[in-house]
Amino acid sequence: MGRIAGGRLPAWLISVGGLLLVWAVFAWFAQSRSLPSPLQVASAIVTEVRSGEMFFHMGATLARVAAAFVVAMAIGSAIGILLGRSRKLNHFFDPWVIFFLNIPALVIIVLSYIWFGLNEAAAIGAVALNKIPNVIVTIREGAKSLEPQLAEMAKVFRFSRWQMLRHVVLPQLQPFFAAATRSGISLIWKIVLVVELLGRSNGVGFQIHLYFQLFDVATILAYTLVFVVVMLAVEYLLLQPLEKYSRRWRAKHA
Amino acid sequence: MLDVNINSMGFRSSEGAALEVLRDLHFNCAQNSFTSIVGPSGCGKTTTLRCILGLETEFDGVIKTSDASGHLHKISAVFQEPRLLPWRTVEQNVRLALKSVDDTELNTLFAELALTEHRDFYPAELSLGLARRVGLARAFAVKPSVLILDEPFVSLDDETAGRLRKLLMQVWAARSCTALMVTHNLLEAIELSDRILFFSGSPSRVVSEYEITVDRKNRNRRTIEQIREDIYASGAASPVD
Repeated sequence: MGRIAGGRLPAWLISVGGLLLVWAVFAWFAQSRSLPSPLQVASAIVTEVRSGEMFFHMGATLARVAAAFVVAMAIGSAIGILLGRSRKLNHFFDPWVIFFLNIPALVIIVLSYIWFGLNEAAAIGAVALNKIPNVIVTIREGAKSLEPQLAEMAKVFRFSRWQMLRHVVLPQLQPFFAAATRSGISLIWKIVLVVELLGRSNGVGFQIHLYFQLFDVATILAYTLVFVVVMLAVEYLLLQPLEKYSRRWRAKHA
Repeated sequence: MLDVNINSMGFRSSEGAALEVLRDLHFNCAQNSFTSIVGPSGCGKTTTLRCILGLETEFDGVIKTSDASGHLHKISAVFQEPRLLPWRTVEQNVRLALKSVDDTELNTLFAELALTEHRDFYPAELSLGLARRVGLARAFAVKPSVLILDEPFVSLDDETAGRLRKLLMQVWAARSCTALMVTHNLLEAIELSDRILFFSGSPSRVVSEYEITVDRKNRNRRTIEQIREDIYASGAASPVD
């Protein structure tokens, strides 16, 4: 891990710096409102942060991402484990899963708003529903490959249902949860922006829509960049340490 | 006491072909005795243990694991693979098997099996011999009245296996439980058991049995080999087995 500080971080900085430089050069040649320079975007960020708009809308979007993520993971995992453990149920419900897996996100969002109204529950539900089939498919794969030897051990030593779930089943599913989380968060936040654009009056999606009508590309990019940075922070400061912790037992041999 | 009466037990392959593994298998183990099952590979020894443990239920017969008063026995097992939860430490693995934990007893057990220093290790950090010891600790920790051992010392080097057998004897002698062990190794069976059951090939049943009268304290390399010769001479088993 010492390499991050020693070797990889500068390379990463040079890479990002290079991207900014290319952007700056293009913007300088274009001299157009539709391609603002990095500096203009930075000042847009400062303006939005100063007015408090940035925090307000970012907070609204993050709350929706978190809510939709929790709902999708909980429901998707429960169904995934069930289908992975029961051949009959899986046989029956597999076409349903494939059906929902292939409905475009936009259709679910529009129908959800029509059927349940332009409210928060409809918005979060629509996002979760887009993600649930993905979670089911991933967790189902894990539940199919559970170790029967450990289940027998648990039976002989009379583990309770709760012990079985917590100490035998869930740890075996951990890599599959990690995969579902990783793909889940990136999918969910993109869909949340669409949901906000179509039927909410706050959030990053709403702001981008607003500044699109005002043709203010600098502010659009300001929101986009800040959001990407926040999601990167979630990845590096939350997901990766969590995953590292949950893999601690795969330690080096004594 | 453990009373096993299996009239017939078979498996059905995925193509539907039936394979009978056990037929007319009858034996019992006296309370607090140590019995070993010896027999050719694939003869259904492990299947017998799985029936006793309740992991196989599709058989024709009765297995009684209760005592005279009808009190149900607590059964525990040492598996061939240690079957520890890789994501839990040694101590957590043992504690998870327990409904109520007596810390002093647990400390004694860990000390007896020389596991005290390894309590916070994860199974991946242990050698096979150590992992087997944790398996023993877990099996004894639940204070079983019947202990099932499925080749608990297989694929260990002779020295480690020998040391583990001595440990098993110490721990077992200090507690009272009826032990039933499956093994390929006749010398191992002689060293540990009160009685050895010889199984036939498939479908298997008990073809002969041999009672060992020599006191455990007096069993050393020489007496064990003598007993083996005696077993061969009595016709209970032949050297090819």
